[in-house]
Amino acid sequence: MEIRGWGLAMSELIPPESIVAIPSSLAGEACPERSRRGQEGELLRPRLCLTLPHLVSLPRGEREPALNRLVKWRKLGLAHICPLLQPALLLFLLLVYCLPAAAFDAPQEVEAFDMPSDGGGSIGLRWRAAPVDSSTTSYRIFVSEQDNGEFKQIAEFPANSHYETAVTIPWWVWGSKHQDIHFFQVKSNATVRLTDGRPYFFKVEVTDGQENAESPSVSTVPQANLFNWAKLNNLLIMLAFSVTVLAAIRHARVNPNIFLRRIPGLDAVEEAVGRATEMGRPILYMTGSDDMSSLATIAATVILGEIAKRVATYGTDLKVPHRDPIVMAICQEVVKESYLAAGRPDAYKEDANFFITSDQFSYTAAVDGIMLRERPAANFFMGAYYAESLLLAEPGAATGAIQIAGTDSDHQLPFFITSCDYTLIGEELYAASAYLSREPVLVGTLRGQDLGKGFFLAVIVLGTLLVTLGVLLGTPVFRTFFQFFGDFK
Amino acid sequence: MIFWRRSLPVLITFVLGVTFALQYYVPLPASEALLSGVSVWNQIIAAFAAILGVTSLLHVHYTKIRRKEAGWGYSVVLYLSMLATLVVGFWSGGESENSAFGWLYNYILVALSSTMFSILAFFVASAAYRAFRARSLEATILLAAAVFVMFGRVPLGEYLVSGVGQISDWIMSVPNTAARRGIIIGISLGGIATSIKIIFGIERAYLGGGRD
Repeated sequence: MEIRGWGLAMSELIPPESIVAIPSSLAGEACPERSRRGQEGELLRPRLCLTLPHLVSLPRGEREPALNRLVKWRKLGLAHICPLLQPALLLFLLLVYCLPAAAFDAPQEVEAFDMPSDGGGSIGLRWRAAPVDSSTTSYRIFVSEQDNGEFKQIAEFPANSHYETAVTIPWWVWGSKHQDIHFFQVKSNATVRLTDGRPYFFKVEVTDGQENAESPSVSTVPQANLFNWAKLNNLLIMLAFSVTVLAAIRHARVNPNIFLRRIPGLDAVEEAVGRATEMGRPILYMTGSDDMSSLATIAATVILGEIAKRVATYGTDLKVPHRDPIVMAICQEVVKESYLAAGRPDAYKEDANFFITSDQFSYTAAVDGIMLRERPAANFFMGAYYAESLLLAEPGAATGAIQIAGTDSDHQLPFFITSCDYTLIGEELYAASAYLSREPVLVGTLRGQDLGKGFFLAVIVLGTLLVTLGVLLGTPVFRTFFQFFGDFK
Repeated sequence: MIFWRRSLPVLITFVLGVTFALQYYVPLPASEALLSGVSVWNQIIAAFAAILGVTSLLHVHYTKIRRKEAGWGYSVVLYLSMLATLVVGFWSGGESENSAFGWLYNYILVALSSTMFSILAFFVASAAYRAFRARSLEATILLAAAVFVMFGRVPLGEYLVSGVGQISDWIMSVPNTAARRGIIIGISLGGIATSIKIIFGIERAYLGGGRD
């Protein structure tokens, strides 16, 4: 400890401007404790100090470059050191150089465990970080199917990486994460195949390329879990929101007078159908590029039903080109039923819904052709769209048709907004069936949605304030709490 | 009849909807296998549904040719193209590598699709011209933001106006991201609400026949 004290005395006496930069890898983790004010010297900069224990912990090959830097340091700072201390400094250097290289300690507190909340085939390893950890030392992971069998290396990484703090599993599954604990996840892959229910043995080795030390073997059995607890927050929020929506629907049955804000795009449906009727031109309706598994497509088919009722009433021509045959078959039923509901089953045409192709740009070219040849008076773009959005909407705008779009493809919204007269943004697409039909039960779901939005808005505002307060107060409590609203897989 | 057309689809939707909502939280291999199994069935059904699509396509174009409707010549081209592709496909034994079938795909279909996609650049220009005319306060803000972003994304912009890159990055990462996230939150909640409506049979219009 006295020798360490010499090292400190030397550091304290050298003014910061005369200290040459020493790489942080040499300064190491031994220093921060001394940065605390009033403990062992206020002038110390943790990044720049070099202490005896740290020098001793370095591999022998790295000591000489480090000492060379120290000598350079000494030359620069020697003028500021009391003459009485100069022999002591030289003694310090001599002692450091002559001390034997420290033997590596084997990784301590190595633990193997089944990864929580996973589908099996995965094991976690953790062990305590050591003072020798640096970019020049490495950890190697070995695995075997038997305790006394042959161990096979499966990974090697720098010793100053793979800490427990990098684990993305939430706190309610993992607990607290420590900066001084290493973590490595072994997954079943081509190199190592982990079978659930079988024990596996692991060793962790630390090496600097010349020397190494390995831990005793540890073992565990990988298992598949029944429930992914990392998604617990997702499940609880989803259940709470579902209950809110169902309660809003129940309330709407009792009290059907619910205010609905005006959606100009849906109000314009009547105008668009009327315009097409007056002009004697068809209405072109597109259900998007996705199949029936997409909510946007389902919403588009529901809106088609409402529009088809108006079309049937006015006796206007309706054309619905499709990219997906299943969507086409469903839309045929929807339109047929709408004509029936409007009292005009005789006006229904089987060819109103027709298939073009599943190919993105072939479909686009065909629809553009229909727009330019038949010049529909109104174009509806409902559902999910990709790169074809502007290729469809822009020729439609050029023909002078009234255009109404509705999509939840947020990346395509700017194209529709610039090319269409009205655009239903995101959730308005889902709200369209309630808005057009005005059925209390459907309108009730919108009330539920609004309550959900209000809740999340409050969480965002409150979370921002509290997490900021947490940073100011230096406490991670608020951040940890608001992780509950994060997304964990 | 009502049972087959309404009740049974709603029942199937409820059972499968609840099952696959729960599947998301169960990491067991069997749960994953169930999901991939359904995806496979989805593909099989889609393959059979292609017959529906082709039938519809041929019927619509046959009607056009028979009635000599406007543009019926294109329908003839469609029939001939389909026939030629089928013949060449069978002749090539379905091989797409180094075959006439592959040549048709690579040098006709891909080229035509690329041409179609490349038109996008012109449409972007015309749409931008229409949208960015400063007719209102909102359009003027949009125009100013677009100018900053465009200047900030090209080296010449930063060269001409120092710091425009940072303004561009700020526009993209703060107001743009905030607006997008707002939209996405709305979409997500709307999606869950719509799913609940469908799973519990509250929304049945997509089955045809309104909501009785």
